[in-house]
Amino acid sequence: MGEAIAFYFISACILGFAVLVISTRDTVHSVLFLVLDFLFVAALYVLLGAQFLAAIQILVYAGGIVVLYLFVVMLVNLKRSPEAHADPHRKTKLGFGLGAAVLAELALLAVRSSEMPVRPVVQAAAVPVTGNTEVVGWMLYTSYLIPFEIASMLLLVAMIGAIVLAKREL
Amino acid sequence: MVVITPTHYMLLSAALFIIGVIGVMVRRNIIIIFMSIELMLNAVNINLVAYSAQLQNAVGQVFAIFIIAVAAAEAAVGLGIILAFYRNKETINIDEMNLMRW
Repeated sequence: MGEAIAFYFISACILGFAVLVISTRDTVHSVLFLVLDFLFVAALYVLLGAQFLAAIQILVYAGGIVVLYLFVVMLVNLKRSPEAHADPHRKTKLGFGLGAAVLAELALLAVRSSEMPVRPVVQAAAVPVTGNTEVVGWMLYTSYLIPFEIASMLLLVAMIGAIVLAKREL
Repeated sequence: MVVITPTHYMLLSAALFIIGVIGVMVRRNIIIIFMSIELMLNAVNINLVAYSAQLQNAVGQVFAIFIIAVAAAEAAVGLGIILAFYRNKETINIDEMNLMRW
């Protein structure tokens, strides 16, 4: 029962703040609502028993990415509202309609698939340690070592790319 | 007694994803559009972690970590592009970003 209450409370907060993120006029407020949204997603990870991922979520998203967004909001001039100039060809209502249609499809899919029994899968690797962080770390450095290294390469390339893009002249 | 099944998490993740999609399609401020993309990536992560918990298998969490790494890279490069564009055209309205439109 406690889990259900926690789940519904956290879900309501996640969806509510997500709606606020995309509907607020002020971009800075939008970024701050995004922080709250990420924190509640981290709470959901704790509820699911993924404590390591919750810590990563708070460190990387709420701590790193959001600061990046705030810097960009600070650097660009938002005095002239970006919403002022409207493209006459833009079809906002169509966007809402398509979003509702896809949501209905996904919900139907989720409800239908829940009627099928879930087959337990065999463990991908023999994990000799217990505890969430140990399990994830073990998998990252054994079965998923090459993707892990590629991810670090990707971050390096992204860092260099961001510096090159943001520099005035090389 | 209410039991929270993966279906609940799937519905939450679908709703969060669609909020992100609507944000991308409706807003014209490109910073808000980038934040909507982050919301969508978070929705995918919720799905992965929910099934990781259901199947007692940590692979979902490993993939979620990779998605977070890709999201960080995407945010860095995307915001660099926004800054470079703003320096040239003095706007962050995507309706005015039509340099490559035919």
